[in-house]
Parts: sequence; structure tokens; C-alpha cells
Amino acid sequence: MYGYRGKILRINLDDKSIKKEDLNMEWAKAYLGGRGLATKYFYEEVDPMVDALSKENKLIIATGPLSGTPTPTGGRYMVITKSPLTDTIASSNSGGRWGAELKFAGYDMIILEGKSDTPVYIDIQDDQVEIKNADHLWGQVVSKTTELLNKEVGEKSKILTIGPAGEKLSRIASVMNDVDRAAGRSGVGAVMGSKNVKAISVRGTTKPEVHDKEALKEVVSTMNKQIKDNGVTGEGLPTYGTAVLVNIINELGAFPTNNFQTGVFDKAEEISGETLAEKYLVKRTGCYGCPIACGRHCKVDDLEAGGPEYETIWGFGADCGVSDLGNIIKANYWCNEMGLDTISASTTIAAGMELYQRGLIKDDELDGTPLEFGNSDAIIEWTKKMGLREGLGDKLAEGSYRLGESYGAADVSMAVKKQELPAYDPRGIQGQGLAYATSNRGGCHVRAYLISPEVLGLPEKLDRFELDGKPQWVKTFQDLTASIDSLGLCLFTSFAMGAGDYAAMYNPVAGTDHTADSILETGDRIWNIERLFNMKAGLKKEDDTLPKRLLKEALPEGGSKDRLALLDQMLPEYYQLRGWDESGVPTESKLKELGV
Amino acid sequence: MKLTIKLFATLREGRGKILEDEYPADTTPKDILASLKIEEKDVAILLVNGVDGELDKPLNDGDTLSIFPPVGGG
Ligand code: SF4
Repeated sequence: MYGYRGKILRINLDDKSIKKEDLNMEWAKAYLGGRGLATKYFYEEVDPMVDALSKENKLIIATGPLSGTPTPTGGRYMVITKSPLTDTIASSNSGGRWGAELKFAGYDMIILEGKSDTPVYIDIQDDQVEIKNADHLWGQVVSKTTELLNKEVGEKSKILTIGPAGEKLSRIASVMNDVDRAAGRSGVGAVMGSKNVKAISVRGTTKPEVHDKEALKEVVSTMNKQIKDNGVTGEGLPTYGTAVLVNIINELGAFPTNNFQTGVFDKAEEISGETLAEKYLVKRTGCYGCPIACGRHCKVDDLEAGGPEYETIWGFGADCGVSDLGNIIKANYWCNEMGLDTISASTTIAAGMELYQRGLIKDDELDGTPLEFGNSDAIIEWTKKMGLREGLGDKLAEGSYRLGESYGAADVSMAVKKQELPAYDPRGIQGQGLAYATSNRGGCHVRAYLISPEVLGLPEKLDRFELDGKPQWVKTFQDLTASIDSLGLCLFTSFAMGAGDYAAMYNPVAGTDHTADSILETGDRIWNIERLFNMKAGLKKEDDTLPKRLLKEALPEGGSKDRLALLDQMLPEYYQLRGWDESGVPTESKLKELGV
Repeated sequence: MKLTIKLFATLREGRGKILEDEYPADTTPKDILASLKIEEKDVAILLVNGVDGELDKPLNDGDTLSIFPPVGGG
């Protein structure tokens, strides 16, 4: 067995049984691992109409064949389940060290089934696996849970846990690992909470076998050099982290401000990556095996913690009209402690601010902390209350769509398929708009990061306002990303690598003979099985859309002034390129061709 | 004519953040890079008033030029 460990841990929380099963290698061939392979398992085992928070839903935590190998950024894992936020397939991706450690313990995946009647955690020490009482951990924030568990099971164990938000079934709760890394999106933390599983600790002491060590060594050294020589991965990300995008996207006039009411934040400089580096940065951090190290550690007052990332700075910053970077760092910290997705949490607060602006949320609901655009105390207070479901926090914990709906104003939710959009206004970046609308997990930038060609010029510069050719770019990026996620590597490697490079790394690890084309074709297969699941879960063509504001209200100022998102002009061609019918349903012939 | 030059990330080192100054008519982004001793290869994004600019196209009075080195990732 090369690359893979060949074992799945299937844990049934109803009868507390623990089974070790052989990995289905036929499926692994077709779906690689991680996101793809776990989705295949999920598709075969779970009714797409299942209620996401019922015990019939399952939660799969999966590594890829390259996780825990010497390939750059091999520390990742993914959480696959049905999302309680979007009702689509969820696959949230996280870095840190936990993913590699699971691999070292001898497993490719964990499948959690059923529901425990009391809080538990799962302790894995190589082949010893136990379900243990977690009464004493329930209610604890993420850092405290991690500290307590490390005392209990050993300092060397890596800890994955939910925070209070996941316990309280917040639809925007994350699964956290290594204290401040997050499988953030789509409410995967609520599914774990619904099963009464607080945490999974893991310690592993053996490495996956590699098919051709010498060949791997050579390709890894070539790839590391490629990463180093690339301006973005070799210099931009290591020096400034992701936050350096603040000024770029703002200069383009595509930096959503005050819940997407405009695309220019006049105080962007105060929350920029440059300011972060100058005033708050303590050190750089990196995930397992990562030569890029884009992570940040920041200090404000007596608080020192991981983050914040670009998306978070934007969400709590411009999108809430807040320019106090210190408070943004604190709000980020509280998201991580509560186990809340920073993108959804911050933008749900922004939606709440618009509801307040419209007079729909009244002062008597606000416990003295007004949800006013620009109120830098509100972002901290309401994040904490959201995590604990206190007061109006109870409604905020449901995400922006359900929050807006409860006031008869779902249009304040800047979301696709009920999942909040990230930090790029598609009115100024057209391809990214198509990528948002067609994302299989709702509003998301990392299913296809069109910012790379449309803004950063990688692998080539595209005109961000042009529509021609964008459907093909979106499809190719979606397919490539699906494969990168499934191999278990970080998407940021793709600034410096192409499909052929991923094949070149996978082959010596697993003894396969992939090419650039077959890597993309595999991504296409993964994309289609996700789509098929979503269709069976009740999603329709009408869900492949953007918030009305982005389609109907032109941006009022800046570098993208007077622009709208021109989705309708791209969507039909996209369906065609996908081999789907006019309603966006995968055709029989396409599925046959891909062997889905 | 009056131009505003905004520099970002590493390009700020030793040059400052925002330069507002008078320039001769027909000044191009290329001229500005040369005057600031910024090599073309170190420029990844060049915007004139928020949209993609061209190195050789003369700027107009009141324009804002934004210059970024290779950076990115969200
Ligand atoms: S690039 Fe950043 S997120 Fe990706 S593996 Fe490296 S440190 Fe982690």
C-alpha cells in the first residue's frame, strides 16, 4: 500500500462500535482521496434528503494520499457531510498538523455515524481507539479543550474539536484543529455537535509507505524550488500572508463594504496587510510540511493568537464598516474560540447591521451593543453571543439567510445557496461571480479561485470585466481544485503549480500513472458526483445564482463603478462545457463518460 | 500635471506609501517606475484609477497609479 494507509475507522455512536475497514481501492483510483473519495463514500451511504442535523447524517473526516508524505503542504484533511447551512454536500478543508497525524496513526478516513446519547470524545493512539466521556469538555472553548485533552491523552496528540457554537448547533460552526486552524465553512461543526462528539485526539507513529522514494525526492525538490521562485508563494504570501489582498481588492473597487453596499472602503489602509505586519505581527506560522508558511501570529493588548486571514479582516472590517484592526484580531480570536466560521460569522453580523440600518432590528433587541456599521465593539460582543446563542445571538447563529428571513428581509443575506460570500465583489470580477454561483457548496472562493488569473495574473492575466472564456476558466479551476483537495494538498500551491505537477507528485507516492489530463478529468468526476448529490438533495438551476443586489444594483464608486455581475451571460455556456443539460443536470452520457 | 502614486507591500520600502506630485505632460507608468527605481519585473499589478493600466500609455492629469509587487492568496 503506497501513499494510502488502506484503512477506514468507522465509528458508530449509537452502539459505540469501532470498526477498521479496508479502503475501497477501486474508488480511490477514481476519486483519489480526501474530498473526492469521501464524497463517493458519502454518496453511496447517505440519503441526500437526510436532515443534516439528524443522526442519519454522517460525518467523514478524510485525508488525501499525499497527506503526511514529504510533498509540500501535505498536512491537510477535509470534513465531508451534508451541510445544515446549505443543504448541499459540504467539504471543508483545514491545514495544521492534525491531518498528517491521522495518517501517521494508520488511517485515511474516519466515518462518524449515529448519535451518542452523552458527550464523548474519540482518542486515537495508533491502533488503539477509544470512545471516552466528554462531560468535562462540553461547553469549553477551543483552546481550553485542547489544553485539557493534551493533559489527558498526552502532549504529543493533535486535537480536533468543536467549540460551544458546534455544541449549540450553530449552522455556521466550524471544526477546529491545532487550536487555530479551521475546517470552517458550511456548518460542519454543527453536524459534529449533533452527534455529541466534542473532539478527536490523535497520535500516530508510523509514516505512509512511498512507491518510489528516489523519484519522489527529486520531484519534491523541484516543486519546492518552483514554490520558492514564484513571486506569490516565494515572497508575497510568506512576507504578508493573505492580508496583503486588502489594498489590492480595495484599489479595484471590488472590496465589499457595509454588506456589499459599495466596493470601496475608505479606511482600507488601516486594516491592510501592510498595517498588520507593521503593528501586530509577532511571527509567521506554517502548516505541516509547508514551505510557504502563510499563517500569522498577532498580538494585541494581552492577547496573542493565530490569524487573522484576509477573508476575516475583510468580513469583520470593511463588510461591517470597521477600521479598528485590533478589534478585528480580537473578533477573529473569539470566532476560533467559539468554533465559528469567520467568513459566515462576520458577514452575518454585517447582514444584522443592515437590518438595523433598515430599522428592522430594534434597539431593544441589542443589549446595549448597537449593530451599527462601524461599531468596532459590536463585532466582538456579537461574535461571543453568537457562539453562545445569547439574546439576538441565537438568530445570528443561524447564518445571514435565516437571520434575514426571520425579519422578512432575506435579501440582506449576501449568500449563494445560503452560504455567505467571501471578500471579492463579483460585480468587479466577473469570472469569480460565475465561480460563486456554481460552487457545489454555496458561496465560496476556494472551489475556483478566479482571483488568481483575473487579478493576480496567474497563470496568465485575464481582463476582470471580460466574459469571454470565463466559463472554461471556471470549469478548469473547479476541476483542478477538486483534485488538489482530494490529494490532500493546499490550494495555495497552485499559484506555482499546474495539473501536471500534481500528477508528477502523486505518481511516485502511489505508483500511479496520472497525467495533467487525467488529474483534470478526475476533478471533473468529483465535481459531477458532488453536483449529482446536490440535485438529489433538491437543489435546482435557480440556486445557481447570486444575491439580487449583485445582479441588479450597480457599484456606486471606485474602480468597478457602474458594474453589475453578468452571470446570465456566462451560465448557459458553463453548463454546456460541463456536459449538463439546460437545467444544469449532468447528462447520462457525461456521467457514463466519467464513470460516475 | 498632478498624479497620485500609491505603492504597496515591499515596494513601499524606502519610497513611502503615497506620492503626490507634479509631472510633465505625457508621463507614462513606465517613466514613473524608472523615476522610482522599480524594475518592471517586480511589478505584478499596475492600476490606473482602479483598472488595469498600460506601461506605455500616457497618464492624464489627476490620475491615480497603484503599483503592487507579486502578492496574493485568499
Ligand atoms: S500555504 Fe498557508 S494554509 Fe497552505 S499549507 Fe502553507 S501555511 Fe497552511
